[in-house]
Amino acid sequence: MRFPLSWEMNMQNNNVIQVEGLTKMFGDFTAVDAITFDVKKGEIFGFLGANGAGKTTAIKMLIGISNPTSGKATVAGFDVLTNPNDIKRNIGYMSQRFALYDDLTVKENITFFGGIYGLSRKRIKEKSEALIKELGLENVASQLVGSLPLGWKQKLSFSVALIHDPKIVFLDEPTGAVDPITRRQFWEMIYKAANQDTTVFVTTHYMDEAEYCDRVSIMVDGKIEALDTPMKLKEQFQAESMNDVFLKLARG
Amino acid sequence: MKRFIGFIKKEFYHIFRDRRSLFILFGMPIAQILLFGFAITNEINNVDIAILDHSKDNTTEEIINKIAASKYFSIKQMITREADIASVFQKGQVKAVLNFEKDFSKNLIKDHKATIQVITDATDPNTANTITNYINAILQQYQKELNKDIIIAYQILPQTRMVYNPELKSVYMFVPGVMTIILMLVSAMMTSISITREKELGTMEILLVSPLRPFQVIIGKVVPYIFLSIINAVVIVMLSIFIFNMPVQGSLILLGLESVLFIITSLALGILISTISATQQTAMMISLMGLMLPVILLSGFIFPISSMPMPLQIISNIIPAKWFIIILKAIMLKGVGMQFIWKETLILLGMTVFFIALSVKKYKIRLE
Repeated sequence: MRFPLSWEMNMQNNNVIQVEGLTKMFGDFTAVDAITFDVKKGEIFGFLGANGAGKTTAIKMLIGISNPTSGKATVAGFDVLTNPNDIKRNIGYMSQRFALYDDLTVKENITFFGGIYGLSRKRIKEKSEALIKELGLENVASQLVGSLPLGWKQKLSFSVALIHDPKIVFLDEPTGAVDPITRRQFWEMIYKAANQDTTVFVTTHYMDEAEYCDRVSIMVDGKIEALDTPMKLKEQFQAESMNDVFLKLARG
Repeated sequence: MKRFIGFIKKEFYHIFRDRRSLFILFGMPIAQILLFGFAITNEINNVDIAILDHSKDNTTEEIINKIAASKYFSIKQMITREADIASVFQKGQVKAVLNFEKDFSKNLIKDHKATIQVITDATDPNTANTITNYINAILQQYQKELNKDIIIAYQILPQTRMVYNPELKSVYMFVPGVMTIILMLVSAMMTSISITREKELGTMEILLVSPLRPFQVIIGKVVPYIFLSIINAVVIVMLSIFIFNMPVQGSLILLGLESVLFIITSLALGILISTISATQQTAMMISLMGLMLPVILLSGFIFPISSMPMPLQIISNIIPAKWFIIILKAIMLKGVGMQFIWKETLILLGMTVFFIALSVKKYKIRLE
């Protein structure tokens, strides 16, 4: 079992994500309103918020595909404004939409994504064998990904996001459409990655999943309204579960 | 570079595993060129005709022999009464009847003119028109021979007055147009669809989060279509040469270079379309309505530009296909070199640069 408070022991200078006053405006509308937070190495950081609270916009700024209007952020030690390409080399990303190629086989998908991250042919081969074995996909390795059940695709998608051993992996509602068993297995994979010192930055709608995170931030209307360990948040809001915390915040 | 090759490999997987793209890429060009070459043609071959000869003299016999000797007509039957004309048509046995007036030779010598009635089955107006033209041509040819050493010309008067244009080989006109359409279709429509597909599936986002630069992604998506378009251009030229015996008078290298230029113009348009459309459907509609229709209607492919109203003539100038068709016709049919088409080439080049610049500007490097 993972020790949830491990981050507190080595918090000095161990921030893989540092955000200060990060803001994104679309015209007059402030999608992300001066958010400030840190994420520690190896941490599972839950990034919560209702639909339209600004989560996805915030993530897009952090992964270097959207420029902030103002504020500062560094990811994996690189500035989002000046070095987005260095960031891209050091992060993995999995979006809420399943994003492997359906018309490519499992192996071809792995090879392709390994390739665009610049892995050597030998490394891709090793990775691909290990990954297929780990996910138990030996029998379907040469089948088109489109023919696999969604749960398998989702797990494969996560593994592919980790293929280049990124320092941080961003998961945008990764468990959106999968069954509870797959969700469970998915979180086991997340824990495993975190244990290997990969920082996990995850957004979710499921409040039970929020309980699995080391720390959780809750965004309301573009602002971060709460940020702490699930346990402390429950204390602070005198709530039974994260669900209650969320409801109390979201309803204002 | 290795990343890039991997990317292109993946792109080819997409193309070869999608029956729809495969059909558009390879079925369509061949189907279109054969269709335009054979089916939609103004030419006729071995058309059955009947002859009603009221004179039965030397001149009519000579004319009949001339017609019979041409590969365009075969004489199915000789009829003897006017009343038979209707019945042979009704039976559908012949497409045309030639009716020589009485005393044809005598009239020709005495009055220096004689009349043939050319009656055609106009249920198929195009064919009827063509048959008339061809018969006129044969008659004129004969007349010319007849008048070689005679001072007062003999005139054979066919009742139709259209003038035959011996240069009108329809397939020669269609090949440049079809080639233009196909290159446009493959390059612009297919690339715009394949780029928007990645947007639609969400994989574009993944690619943009990867260390690949946006322009690498776009070039990676475009390069396979350059290859395939070049192959298509070669196939079309081969088909034209070997099946339709169309001569390519000019330099094949020049033809190839101009084609590559036009392919790049179309690809730039395809990228431009993909930047303004969110779904594959939109991309396809824009390509079809925005590119194909103008190419078919305004490029001079089917309707001559010179006979369009002035506003359309002016609009036709901004259609890249117009210039490419002029270039193709000049190289293929007239066999001219660069010195005669540098202006058109320059215009096309200018358009290409403009479209590339515009699509680079429009291409949203950062997904908003």
